[in-house]
Amino acid sequence: MIKTILARMKQGHRTIKYPKEPPVLPDLFRGYPELHPEKCPPDCRLCVEACAHGAISQEATISLDMGKCLFCPECADACPHGAISFSRDARLAANRREDLMVTAGEERRLARALEEKMLSLFGRSLKLREVSAGGCNACEADVNVLSTVVFDLGRFGIQFVASPRHADGILVTGPVTENMRLALLKTYEAVPEPKIVIASGACAINGGPFINSPEQHNGVNGLLPVDLYIPGCPPHPITILDGLLRLLGRMEG
Amino acid sequence: MKNAKTFHNGASLPLADIPRMDSHDFLQGIIDATDNGWRLSSLFGIPEGNETTLYAILSYKVGGLLGVASTTVGEAFPSITPLCPQAHLFEREIAEECGVLPQDHPWLKPVRFQRPFVKGKDAWGRKDAEGILPGVTDFFRVEGEEVHEVAVGPVHAGVIEPGHFRFQCHGEHVFHLEISLGYQHRGIEAGAAGGPHPKTLFQMETVAGDTTIGHNQAYCMVLEALSGTGVPAKGEALRGIALELERLANHTGDLGAIAGDVAFLPTASYCGRIRGDFLNMTALLCGSRFGRGLVRPGGTGFDCTRQQVDELLSRIAKARADLTGAVEILWESASSMSRFENTGKVSPETARQLGLVGPAARACGLARDVRHDHPFGIYRMSQIPVVTAQAGDVHSRALVRWLEAQKSLDFLDEQLRQLPGGPHRTEVRSLAGERLAVAMTEGWRGEICHAAITDQAGRFVRYKIVDPSFHNWQGLAMALRDEQISDFPLCNKSFNLSYCGYDL
Repeated sequence: MIKTILARMKQGHRTIKYPKEPPVLPDLFRGYPELHPEKCPPDCRLCVEACAHGAISQEATISLDMGKCLFCPECADACPHGAISFSRDARLAANRREDLMVTAGEERRLARALEEKMLSLFGRSLKLREVSAGGCNACEADVNVLSTVVFDLGRFGIQFVASPRHADGILVTGPVTENMRLALLKTYEAVPEPKIVIASGACAINGGPFINSPEQHNGVNGLLPVDLYIPGCPPHPITILDGLLRLLGRMEG
Repeated sequence: MKNAKTFHNGASLPLADIPRMDSHDFLQGIIDATDNGWRLSSLFGIPEGNETTLYAILSYKVGGLLGVASTTVGEAFPSITPLCPQAHLFEREIAEECGVLPQDHPWLKPVRFQRPFVKGKDAWGRKDAEGILPGVTDFFRVEGEEVHEVAVGPVHAGVIEPGHFRFQCHGEHVFHLEISLGYQHRGIEAGAAGGPHPKTLFQMETVAGDTTIGHNQAYCMVLEALSGTGVPAKGEALRGIALELERLANHTGDLGAIAGDVAFLPTASYCGRIRGDFLNMTALLCGSRFGRGLVRPGGTGFDCTRQQVDELLSRIAKARADLTGAVEILWESASSMSRFENTGKVSPETARQLGLVGPAARACGLARDVRHDHPFGIYRMSQIPVVTAQAGDVHSRALVRWLEAQKSLDFLDEQLRQLPGGPHRTEVRSLAGERLAVAMTEGWRGEICHAAITDQAGRFVRYKIVDPSFHNWQGLAMALRDEQISDFPLCNKSFNLSYCGYDL
């Protein structure tokens, strides 16, 4: 018993101060993309070709679809001109699929809060059922850590619950495999109205590395109405937390 | 295996060198070899017209030998499962993928509920249009007045991947557990055919997302073997560092989760955090907590500076102190130990017969570890001791993780202090045609085996992945026999197997 108490004292208090203080992210973290089309030589398509996921398009200017992006380093590595890079800004979540499109000079659209009625229901208490529909356990793992002492999701009134019947919505990970399609739809049905859907990770948004492969459905879109998209492969826990807090109107800026 | 072509981990050989046996010699060869201490690391088919070519890859720890042989079968072949239980799931997989029947297989059911590779060539004669529903199949049933069945999943209580579990119970007492998976099937092997495609590398990183380094290193070793590429020393060292960090993160998480399942919350909550510290160390190397982008064909995608080394060394020292403190109180908690000891026992004989791998096997006293038995990459230069425990219960599986974590910490210290200079990556040339390459790594769950067969142009005809969970799920089912159903979560955590790694 004494040893357990001593261990408790040694381990200390480890819950991060976010969102009151900025998060600590790794130096090499790849967050919100920064595009500098003015640096692009004419007809250069190096970044477009370097992306295996079709996230970058180069028409009038370059744009990057954060819904398809795996935030791998390949495009930035391929560009010798510094026209494309990733900042350390972890705020990536958005309400609409098209808001994930990043184009230089265009306004950035971070996720906004739910409408008033939903907010009055869920704003101070949100229970979510997680459904892994082909997720590789990286997205699941970084959803799980939100419940550890580091992030302590409970302090925001958000909790992952065991049954869809106890939930206010579902958080989906994975590209929605054909073999999980029915189970996903049934889980959604089991959640009482009104309810929300969150697509977390590149797979759930648009299929991720499995986009267009025949055993999956390119994510949740088209199957269920999505209220929040959280990009990343997997999204950093801070990105998920930031998205959830924005959806609940708990974040400014 | 008699007359098999032998080679070593991470090598490639011309297809012409692979002995083609008649099916009797091939199957008997597998039975004899596994009787003599060889393991069946992979067994897979390539359907072509009315025939299917089967390849067996066996491993033998003495001398680090791998052996390969092949045969051609028609619509069916005699099942060897009754004599060689290691072949049990491989045969079911061959039936499902290639439409070839292993005759008299004792439990011939789909593995993943996927469509066959060749349209219309279905082992169960299902029509193409018929929907194949996962989990819709016969289950082993115990009949009797007070016997009841408990069905769990695919969507179950935690933030966890989907799977279906059927318990045959008498009160709390579990007679039998049958596990039915396939919900996570994403078609990775079929997707790799005709490749490597630009997406293949990224799909390999997500075979099992918690084993990004383990699987991607195996994939990169396959490419390197097929192209004759030598990875620079620094690249190999960094891969080894990443693999051990991955092991540490997961072993730490598992120790916490196991403690959590017996409600010993101090260890559960400390380990939950310390696991994140290890993930953040991987992110220090490459920006991603799971090592995405770190292992690349020809080496690593990122270099490691002196500053990063110093930072890592200091974080490792802190994490070691924290982890030691968090885990030691677990061993001293008598109530936890009484839940761990003699719970979920797997005998060494069962483990050997099923071909268990990784910590699950080592907890049964089987000293098998790819890093030691079939050394690859940095482990050819720097050995890491294999640890075992003897009881085969939850306690042994927890203990092996803690002992291994300590060895990994020592290894990281040593590797970081002597990190070689020079380049970390080299160019990979084009892949050679008509060859087989086999690469095995020791992921944190155990043996990962990737095998590729190329056509004349050097494209994959077949890419076969065996995740350690493929061998080990049956071990969990056996561990539950004659246990209380309330001990299932604890037993499950002590194995902590991958659903997507199995489902592919």
